[in-house]
Amino acid sequence: MAVVTGTGSDTRNPIARLWGNKKARSVIVQIVTMAVVFGVLALLYRNVVVNLAAIGKEFSFDFLNAPSAYDITFSPFIEYNSRSTHLRAAAVGILNTLLVASCGIVLATVMGFIMGVLRLSKNWLVNRTVYCFLEFTRNVPVLLHILFIHGLVVTQLPVPKQAMNFADSFFLTNRGFFFPAPVPEAGFWIVATVFAISVVFVIAFGRWAKKVQDETGRTYPVFWISTGAIVAATAVAFLAAGMPLSWEAPALKGFNFKGGVAIKPEFIALWLALSYYTSCFIAEIVRAGILAVSYGQTEAAYAVGLRPNRTLQLIIIPQALRVIVPPLASQYLNLTKNSSLAIAIGYMDVVATIGGISLMQTGKEMETMMIVMLTYLVFSLIIAGFMNWYNKKMALVER
Amino acid sequence: MSDVASPGSKPGFSSDVMIQMTGVHKWFGEFHVLKDINLTVHKGERIVICGPSGSGKSTLIRCINRLEEHQKGRIVVDGTELTSDLKHIDTIRREVGIVFQQFNLFPHLTALENLSLALIWVRKMPKAKAEEIAMNYLDRVHIPEQAQKYPGQLSGGQQQRVAIARSLCMNPKIMMFDEPTSALDPEMIKEVLDVMVELAESGMTMIVVTHEMGFATAVANRVIFMDFGEIIEQNDPHNFFENPKSDRTKLFLSQILHH
Ligand SMILES: Nc1ncnc2c1ncn2[C@@H]1O[C@H](COP(=O)(O)OP(=O)(O)O)[C@@H](O)[C@H]1O
Ligand SMILES: [Mg+2]
Repeated sequence: MAVVTGTGSDTRNPIARLWGNKKARSVIVQIVTMAVVFGVLALLYRNVVVNLAAIGKEFSFDFLNAPSAYDITFSPFIEYNSRSTHLRAAAVGILNTLLVASCGIVLATVMGFIMGVLRLSKNWLVNRTVYCFLEFTRNVPVLLHILFIHGLVVTQLPVPKQAMNFADSFFLTNRGFFFPAPVPEAGFWIVATVFAISVVFVIAFGRWAKKVQDETGRTYPVFWISTGAIVAATAVAFLAAGMPLSWEAPALKGFNFKGGVAIKPEFIALWLALSYYTSCFIAEIVRAGILAVSYGQTEAAYAVGLRPNRTLQLIIIPQALRVIVPPLASQYLNLTKNSSLAIAIGYMDVVATIGGISLMQTGKEMETMMIVMLTYLVFSLIIAGFMNWYNKKMALVER
Repeated sequence: MSDVASPGSKPGFSSDVMIQMTGVHKWFGEFHVLKDINLTVHKGERIVICGPSGSGKSTLIRCINRLEEHQKGRIVVDGTELTSDLKHIDTIRREVGIVFQQFNLFPHLTALENLSLALIWVRKMPKAKAEEIAMNYLDRVHIPEQAQKYPGQLSGGQQQRVAIARSLCMNPKIMMFDEPTSALDPEMIKEVLDVMVELAESGMTMIVVTHEMGFATAVANRVIFMDFGEIIEQNDPHNFFENPKSDRTKLFLSQILHH
């Protein structure tokens, strides 16, 4: 074997010598690969520009700064009106997608875990009821669920004038769900600060309790103490600062409610339908994950004296999570992508705004679609990145 | 030889009695797994249980630490009667260790953590002390160098020795083994049996379900033969193997000694 040391003992030409060096070779290969990738991208770009030019269009994102000239009824995070730019419309759409996807992920996870555990119940009725619900829901397309729930909300709930009224503060109508908005007043920052400090304190307490256990073996009910500390500290601060929070209740003005927080029927329908549909898949994943931990593990834990709750915490859950998390992440991806069905009921997500109305008004198919695709791509990469990180952290060490 | 141990003794009376089972029955649904089991185990006794597959050997020993619940009769372990009282179950599980055929190590924990887990969470020991004790027991089963490995990185024989150490480090008065070598490759059986022989020599009270007749001859004070959920015959090893009384025992012995 030729050892390349650069001492002049190698008589081959310089290129062959460079190729013989493992490190240099890998750098060369990477440079060439990058060059090819960028070359292909440049070619595609040129192709797009030339072909668009041939039908009299220009490839450019300048339209993003032009006024959008359309309304978006649901923009809970940023100011928007029809004089805002297309860029702002895109931002509203992206945030709305993010909102329904993250709310959906939370609810689907909670429902999925509950149903997954119920599916393992020894009670025949519970077990079968959940099973029937899961089978039915999973086998009907999610679009139908969305339309069904939307139809239910819009046709079955009363008009605002006859709203279902809960304590004059919560109103359920076919125009949405209205409830009081919290309005912080002078001195509210004290409460917020105390809350933040108590959270920091609780984190420190958790670390300290772990250390005490390592050193003396003493255990504390960390969860209850932590929860109690946060609630108590915040409540005391709230009272001491003179309750610096008021509520702006929604009130009927004309045909609809004004004030307070309004959750639109489109959001409710999309959120609920995506959540319970996805939760059915999550339930099966959770069930399989728990079943994957053999009963021998529980028995071994009992035999050394662990009680059932500790067994769950220390033995079953850590093992089940390894099985659950990877497919769980792909269900999160599915939910996020399925949220693009929002357009069917007029929920203004990224597809409906920049990929829908903006596209039709400007004719910028290529550009708007690139923005939409990039949005989903980024969401997907974030979820996939989390999944990889978790898998690496938790992977079982095998021979 | 005292083949039927101290027939007159009542549960909990003699401090010498570690386990007393009287008229124990168990059913799985309609299936009668254990039929009128009467068994007394004295301190320091080493009992081997054998019998055909499905005869209820595992179920019998699993009843002793409540991994299975008996439905009739009494089980008293070192003066504590097994009832559904959780305190009693905790007490008894503290005194009785069990080693399973499939090892049942916790795969997400290292060998050392497998041992120290219960010391920390059940015995409420400081971590450093728990690990020191755990190391001692890994030493005792001759694998201190594997402490930081995960079960998946160990051979079957090593895993079973970690499992034995995991039970031992809780300092039980009685050790039960459910076919501890049946899942092992032949070349690993010896290393596990050696550890068990050392344990026997240290005076531990042991109940071992096994078909390793060499082990039974060398170590046991008493061999029990079970079939169809009943104790058919019990005797000291020499008489058990040389003069089996029942036909079923003879048939069973001829089967296991001829393959
Ligand atoms: N959890 C259970 N449910 C129903 N039947 C069982 C269960 N566990 C064991 N059995 C049955 O009880 C009988 C005795 O089992 P076991 O005690 O494991 O026998 P052995 O250990 O002697 O092979 C077998 O027929 C087995 O199929
Ligand atoms: Mg068995």
